[in-house]
Amino acid sequence: MELWFSEFHSTDFKVDFRIRKQLFGQYSDYQHIQVFDTYEFGRMLVMDNVVMLTEKDEFIYHEMIVHVPMAVHPKAERVLIIGGGDGGTLRELCRYDDLKEIVMVEIDSLVVDVAKEFFPTVATSYDDSRVTLLFEDGLRYVRRCRDMFDIIIVDSTDPFGPGESLFTKEFYGNCSHALRDGGILVNQHEGTFYHNDAEEAASTYKKTSPIFKNTFVYQAHIPVYPAGHWLFGFMSDRYHPLNDFDPDRWNARDIKTDYYNTELHRGAFALPNYVYRLLHDGVLLDQTYRRVIGDTIWPPNGDTLDAEDEDRVDIDFSEVEKNGY
Amino acid sequence: MKRSDVRQFALDQTKAPIHNALLDYRRRRIVSFDVPGHKQGRGNEELAAFLGKQCLSVDVNSMKMLDMLIHPTGVIMEAEKLAADAFGADSCRFMVNGTTSAVQAMILSNCSPGDKIIMPRNVHRSAINALILARAVPIYVNPFVDKELGIPLAMSVKDVEVAIREHPDAVAVFVNNPTYYGVCPNLKEIVRIAHAADMRVLVDEAHGTHFYFQDALPVSAMDAGADMSSVSLHKTGGSLTQSSLLLLGPSMRKDGGYVHQIINLTQTTSASYLLLSSLDITRRNLALRGQKIYERVIEFANYARDEINQIGGYNAFGKERCDGDAFFAFDSCKLPLHTIKMGLSGIEIYDILRDEYDIQIEFGDMLNCLAILSVGDRPVAIERLIAALADIRFTYGKEPARHLVNEYIPPVVVMTPAEAFYAPSEQLPLAKCEGRIASESIMCYPPGIPILAPGERVTAEVLTYIRFAKEKGSRMTGTEDSAVEKLYVLTEK
Repeated sequence: MELWFSEFHSTDFKVDFRIRKQLFGQYSDYQHIQVFDTYEFGRMLVMDNVVMLTEKDEFIYHEMIVHVPMAVHPKAERVLIIGGGDGGTLRELCRYDDLKEIVMVEIDSLVVDVAKEFFPTVATSYDDSRVTLLFEDGLRYVRRCRDMFDIIIVDSTDPFGPGESLFTKEFYGNCSHALRDGGILVNQHEGTFYHNDAEEAASTYKKTSPIFKNTFVYQAHIPVYPAGHWLFGFMSDRYHPLNDFDPDRWNARDIKTDYYNTELHRGAFALPNYVYRLLHDGVLLDQTYRRVIGDTIWPPNGDTLDAEDEDRVDIDFSEVEKNGY
Repeated sequence: MKRSDVRQFALDQTKAPIHNALLDYRRRRIVSFDVPGHKQGRGNEELAAFLGKQCLSVDVNSMKMLDMLIHPTGVIMEAEKLAADAFGADSCRFMVNGTTSAVQAMILSNCSPGDKIIMPRNVHRSAINALILARAVPIYVNPFVDKELGIPLAMSVKDVEVAIREHPDAVAVFVNNPTYYGVCPNLKEIVRIAHAADMRVLVDEAHGTHFYFQDALPVSAMDAGADMSSVSLHKTGGSLTQSSLLLLGPSMRKDGGYVHQIINLTQTTSASYLLLSSLDITRRNLALRGQKIYERVIEFANYARDEINQIGGYNAFGKERCDGDAFFAFDSCKLPLHTIKMGLSGIEIYDILRDEYDIQIEFGDMLNCLAILSVGDRPVAIERLIAALADIRFTYGKEPARHLVNEYIPPVVVMTPAEAFYAPSEQLPLAKCEGRIASESIMCYPPGIPILAPGERVTAEVLTYIRFAKEKGSRMTGTEDSAVEKLYVLTEK
C-alpha cells in the first residue's frame, strides 16, 4: 500500500507527498496538527491540512525571514516573534550573539510541544537564556506594547484559522506602535501565483503600505510552498532594505547559511512584473493571463494589462468559458 | 428577585417540530405542483448555487404536514407552544415580518383610535408608525439623559407614575427593555403601578432575547409580569433576520384570538419556512444551552470593557452606572463606548472601523458608538475589535471637541402622529421648515429613533442636530425625500 498526503494549492491543483508514516495527529484548541515522515522531504509539519515546514527545505524560509532584517538593522537588541512555534525562526535569531532579548508569542502551545518532540533540528533554541516564550494571542500581546522592539517577525500561518488576526490592519497598526524608533517589521506575506494566496498578498500589502514609510516585499524559492515561490514583507519607518543594508557588516559576523547571502539579499527585492502589478495595482494573474477559450484568445488585446484602462477589469472567465464552449 | 438557576420547562424542549416536519418533507421528495415556483431550487440555479441547495429545498409553501402560520393547528402551533414555554410566556406567536410587525400588533391590539398610550419618546420608529396605524395618542415620558455620556436612559418610575396620574384614561404603558444602549428601566415596578391603574404593559424587547436565558442579565418582560412583549430572536439569539416572536402573558389569555386577528391584518400569508424553522431551531438551542451561551457572551463583553478602558480615551461604560432609577439595570452583552473624549464622534469610529479595519459595529452617534455581542462571537473577533480601537486611538485620537448638541431633544408635540400623517402637507427644504409641524419622521438609522416624529414642531434645535448629524456622516432616513433634504410639513391654513 502507498500512503500519500495531498495538499491543495488551489481548488483545482494539488501536490502529493508520499508518506512513510504518520508520526502525530491531534486537534489542539486552535488547529489540527499532524506530523508525517515523507520520502522526499523528511519530516513534515502540517496544520489544518496545510504544509508548514519540512526538514528538507525549512532553512530557506527561516533564513530569509530572519537574516534580511538582521542585516539591515544596525543594532538590534530586542526582537519579537509572533507565531513561529516550530522554533526555526528562533534558531536563526539565536545565532546573533548581540541580541539581548527575544520574546516569542505563540498562541498554540501544542505546536511547540510537537516541534520539540519531532523536529529536534528546528526547535533547537528554546533553552537559550535570552528567550521568553509566551502562549497567548499575538494581537492581544502586541497591542499592549509601546516602543519595545527593534524587530518584529510575524511568522504566522495563513489568514484562515488561528492566524486570521495577524493579517489585519489593527495588527500592523499596533505593531508599528510596538516598534522602537527605527524598528523593522517582517512578515510572512503569502504567495502570488494562485488566486486565494494572491488576494491575501495584495490585501496585506494594501494594509501595510499606508502604515510604514518603507514597505517592501522580497521573495524566496521554497519548494513545498504553493508555486515554490513565497513572499516576505519588509516594513520600517526609517530603514530602507537596500540603501541601509551593509553587506560587509553582516559578512563580518561569519554566520554560515545555506540559502541567504548578501548578494541574494539584493536580488530578493527584485520582483517579477506580475507580482509587482499584483501588489501595486491589485491585478491578479488569473484575470490577465492570455488563454485560448473556444475559438478566441482572452483577453482579446495584449495591452489589456494597462492598469489605467478601465475596460480591463474583472473579466469573469467562468462565464466566458461557459458561453465560449 | 432572581430567576431560578435553571428554568423548569413544562414541555420537552429538545423537540423542534417545524424542523422535524421540514426534514420529513425533504425525505419524502415531494413532487411540487404548488408555489414557490423555483421548486426546491431547480428553477433557479444561480440562486441555489449562491444560497445552497439545502436551503432552497425547504423554501416551501404551507401544506398539511407543515401547517400554516395564519391558522396554526399542527407543527407551527406546537412550536409556538414550545417557544411560549421556553420564554415563560402564556402563549407565543411566530412573526415573519420582523419585530416591527410584533410592535404593531401590540399597539393595534390594545389601542383603539383616540386611545392614549404612555411611552418614552426614544422608541423605535416601528412604535411611532404603529401609532399612525392605530390612530392612538402618545403620552410621551421624556427619558432622562445621562449628562456625561449624552445618552437617553430608560423611563424613571416616578415619571411613569406622574403620566399615569395625569392620564388615568391611558390604556397601556409601552416600555423599551433594554434601550439601544442596553439601559433597562425598573420594569417590575412599572408593571406594578401600571396594572394597579388598570393599564397594560407592552414591552419592546427587540434587544432583549438573551434576558430570558441568563440569570445574570436584567429581568425579562414575561418574568416581570408584563402583558405582551416583542422579541427579536434574530438580533441576539441567532435566528434569521426578520424572524421574531410576540409573547403574551397570562393576562392576555382571553384576548389571544383577537391579537391573532390583528396580526393577520398585515402579516404575510406566505410565511417563509426558512424563517419559521430558524425560530424553532433557535428556541431549542437557547432553551437547552442559553445559560452557558450567554455566560460566555457576558464574559467576552466584560473582558472587552476592561481592556478597552485600559487603552485610555474610551469610556466603555456598563453596570457601574446603574442608579436604581432611569438606569436601573444594564445589559452586559452590549458594548457601548463613549468616544468623544478622544476627539472622535461615535459615528466617526463606526466609519473608521468599517472602512479601515473591516469591522462592522451596530451604530455610532455624536458621542458614542455601540458594538453588540451575541451567540456568534468568538475570541479572535473580540481581540480584533479591541486592537482596532487601540490603533484608532493612537492613530486618529485628538483633543476632545466641544460637542454641539445633547443627544435627546425634548419634542414639542402639537398633535398626534396619525393626525399629522394624514393631514394636508407640503414638501419644503429642511431649512425652511422651522416652526412648522412635521408630517413625517426623521431619524438616524441605526438606531432608528426619530429625532422628529409626525405631529411635532420643527424647532431650530432639531434642525441644528440634523445638520450636525449629517456632517458627521450619520445615515439619515424617514422622509419621503431619499436625500433627506426636504421634509413634509403641514400646510398652514
